[in-house]
Amino acid sequence: MKNTIRQVFHSSKFLVGFIIFVAILLTVWIYPFFNPGNPLEMIGVGTFAKPGTYVSLYDALNTRTETLRLPDADHKRVSYLLSDADRVSMLEWFDIMDIDVSGLDATDTDALLDLWFKNYDPSVKPKGMTQAKRNFYKRLDKSVQQIRMADTLKVMHPEEGELVERSSVTKTDYVNVGDVANVKALPLGTDNFGRDVLKELVSATGTSIIIGLIAGIVATLIGLTLGLLAGYVGGLVDDIIMFITNIFTVIPSFVLLILISYSIGQEQRGATVVALVIGLTSWTWTTRSVRSQVISLRSRDHVNLSKLSGHSLVRIIVTDILPYIASYVVMAFILQVSSGILSEAQLSLLGLGPKTTVTPTLGLMMNWAMLYSAHTNGSWWAYFPVILTITLISFSLNLMNTGLDQVFNPTLRD
Amino acid sequence: MSEKRERKDFSNGPLCLSGRGVTKVFGLGEKKTVAVDHVDFDFHEGEFVSIVGESGSGKTTLSKMLLGLINVSEGEILFQGKPRDIGSGRKKREYWKGIQAIFQDPFSSFNVFHKIDSVLLDCINIRGGRGLSKEKKIEMMTEACSFVNLKFAELTNKYPFELSGGQMQRLMIARIFLLRPKILLADEPTSMVDACSRATILDMLLDLRDETGMTIIFITHDIGLAYYISDTVYIMEHGRFVESGKADEVILNPKAAYTKRLISDVPKIHEEWDLSTVDLKTE
Amino acid sequence: MGKVMLEIRDLKTKYVTRFHEDVFAVDGVSFKIEEGKSLGVAGESGCGKSTLALSMMGYYFPPLHYISGDIIIDGQNISGLDPDTVRKTVLGKEIAYIPQAAMNALNPTQRIIRFVEDVIHAHDPKADKKEIRELAEARFAELGLPKDVLDKHAVELSGGMKQRTVIAVSTILSPKVLIADEPSSALDVTSQKMVIKMMRELMEKGYIKSMLFITHELPLLYNVTDDIMVMYAGQIVEKGTAKEMVFDPVHPYSHGLMGSILVPEAGTRGSTLTAIPGTPPNLKKPPQGCRFAERCAYAKDECRYHGVPEKPFGEGRSYRCLMSVEQLREVYEHE
Repeated sequence: MKNTIRQVFHSSKFLVGFIIFVAILLTVWIYPFFNPGNPLEMIGVGTFAKPGTYVSLYDALNTRTETLRLPDADHKRVSYLLSDADRVSMLEWFDIMDIDVSGLDATDTDALLDLWFKNYDPSVKPKGMTQAKRNFYKRLDKSVQQIRMADTLKVMHPEEGELVERSSVTKTDYVNVGDVANVKALPLGTDNFGRDVLKELVSATGTSIIIGLIAGIVATLIGLTLGLLAGYVGGLVDDIIMFITNIFTVIPSFVLLILISYSIGQEQRGATVVALVIGLTSWTWTTRSVRSQVISLRSRDHVNLSKLSGHSLVRIIVTDILPYIASYVVMAFILQVSSGILSEAQLSLLGLGPKTTVTPTLGLMMNWAMLYSAHTNGSWWAYFPVILTITLISFSLNLMNTGLDQVFNPTLRD
Repeated sequence: MSEKRERKDFSNGPLCLSGRGVTKVFGLGEKKTVAVDHVDFDFHEGEFVSIVGESGSGKTTLSKMLLGLINVSEGEILFQGKPRDIGSGRKKREYWKGIQAIFQDPFSSFNVFHKIDSVLLDCINIRGGRGLSKEKKIEMMTEACSFVNLKFAELTNKYPFELSGGQMQRLMIARIFLLRPKILLADEPTSMVDACSRATILDMLLDLRDETGMTIIFITHDIGLAYYISDTVYIMEHGRFVESGKADEVILNPKAAYTKRLISDVPKIHEEWDLSTVDLKTE
Repeated sequence: MGKVMLEIRDLKTKYVTRFHEDVFAVDGVSFKIEEGKSLGVAGESGCGKSTLALSMMGYYFPPLHYISGDIIIDGQNISGLDPDTVRKTVLGKEIAYIPQAAMNALNPTQRIIRFVEDVIHAHDPKADKKEIRELAEARFAELGLPKDVLDKHAVELSGGMKQRTVIAVSTILSPKVLIADEPSSALDVTSQKMVIKMMRELMEKGYIKSMLFITHELPLLYNVTDDIMVMYAGQIVEKGTAKEMVFDPVHPYSHGLMGSILVPEAGTRGSTLTAIPGTPPNLKKPPQGCRFAERCAYAKDECRYHGVPEKPFGEGRSYRCLMSVEQLREVYEHE
């Protein structure tokens, strides 16, 4: 036994899979200590805030300011504020006016603006240019000038809500982010309901793994029991069990899953119920493979000798059959967990997953992202990390399975 | 070198296992095959019996029926003169207290997850020795191992598959030594071991019989081996016994054509091996 | 003295395990087989019999590696050739090999004639299919195999028939040496007899010039081959004619082996079998002295420290033991 475990951990494939899976589990366990609270709490108003660190503007203005003279601050601000579309419009103007821009780099904001102020004249009426377009350039000119000029803001005193003193914020005023009372890091932004995607994802991963484990345990237990009975007892018992198994095999299990989930109804579908339903529809594969393994073991001489020694059926199954198929069952279990997680994701994506208000699952997050068309409005953070997590879990479990297979199946050893 | 072994005559002793019209049929209808076809036999207590046959003669099927691992299709087997009743699980277990087996392949005869001492300990427990003191149990196991020329002290904490094939079969004999069944069925126990380990195992089986008085049913395809080891020989062809009797009579004076052919087909060292009896065009 | 067909001179080969340890499975073996003669190799499993057969073909692939020695077939030394040349020019034509489970090596999807074509095409890629068929039909008829076997698949043949077919196909090019490694041990006695008879006919009709026959069944070896050598732990411990070896073995190991012969003949029943205790030594670290010393009933202290050379005696016999032939014979006498 000890030897087997040592061998298992010598398999690099298993080790990599195991490390990834344990890392995911540890994250699920530890993360809530750093970021407690309800993962489904709506912290934002409006949909899909993009990933980043959010600083309360209000608090920032009321934090003690320092004056820093950073030479490129102006330049940075201006180039951040001047959009790509505006740059293109400016270049168009130069083109119409036949101004030589050969030495100009459109990303060099200062040079661009210098050229603009030197050459722009609102009174010029280029040939063929509509009035609307001329007005557009006038507005552009004004906003560009504001970018250069804007340096004062007016702030009210927070406590009374009335104007006590007028303080001005100048370009050289800085606050330390650490001093700002409210800073919120949202590494993965928020979702359509304004919920922290990262927090939701971690919680969803935990739930999904639990769903997978429950589904895997249920499927493996049913499959193992039926397979052992069918294989070892044989005869009529085998015929009946195989009849039921064949019926379950020919009906596509996913269709069955959809029908059962649908008939249970949205209100009754908790995460556990969904897990049980998944487990109850996916045991056939384990039954069939355990049965065939047991049939080949049944005629082995050590089983015959155990029978002759007068051992009971239960004892023979537990000591002479189970240890031989244990590695196989463990591998089947790992695959069942992985497919349980995927089944949940598929079901939830169709809107047949656990009810939506209690716990997030990976499938539900995908479902929400799809319903609020995150994929069309470019809010990748609402669905991509979910896909990545599902992939990583499946990948790690399958890698562990392949590693185990290599250890237990001598024909695959290098 | 031990002196010549004494051979007793068991043919008048009490019956241990006998069969009347024992038949085994596999399959139904057109696929029906008769593996064992109405065989009669009488094995006496303390007798060393060999059942000799080529592959496909039905000897392994017969052995499984004798062991009660598969049902008899027709006919009956008598155990100690009375019809054998293995209808229920309890009765089966009762019967199995009196019979044990050694199989052909030592590598599949042991549960690879059990260490050697637990294999032997299990035998003591089966024999009702569960309550014995630890020292007594170890003494019994040591005795059983020394009977088969193995050192128990070197075997503790080892797994059976760490031994050689011959040693594993000897360990099997040690098991039988502890279990002391009335009947031992040995199904080709030496066909997968070397010639020199084979001699050791055969002698141990003879010692075992002499020491415990158990009936040994030895199943083999090697007629020379059967001749050396057994008191009585049964020759099996296509599910039937074509000849049976004392080893000397059957082997040195075969009457059935099949026995004659079997003996003439085996290479010998004192007689010329007559290759002209086979015709390459047949088959 | 006939023409020497096969000569092996001090052949040494080794296995390299997964853990890069060397196992010296054939350690300094020398012998000759003359034209029309057959030589038998006896010994326990694990003593290097099968490795010797593989090493003799000059066709090495991991984990088997060549160390030193000469393999001379009909005057031509093949030990230095590269594997590809050996495969194209030696195997099948000069030397044919029938492994233990040869009959299970036939591809079940191919007809037998395809294997004949494969063997011939390996040496003559341009050979005409019609001529091959004619050759095969003639040879099969000669060996008493039905012609229609050629168009059957392997699964349609019985075990004995399959083995005979394999032998007929692998000797189709009339090799000078046939190496047969337990060709009949998986068969019934009657099929075994047919296989042996066919091999003898191959020899008599000159389709093979000489044969090396490996088996652990001594009565069979006694009846099949002219000479017998006994192998132990990668070395030849004794050589002699079949009769001498069975009735007058000199080396304690051969003596033990011959004492375990079981045949259905008067006299064997009363005798006691000799049993050799223990197991062969681990060839990763071969013993310093006589390799059999650990298990030998007559071993003295010096046996464990002195290597034993092959000592000739009698008519072309040799043995490896520190004791003299007379001493040994006397010891056996008093048992």
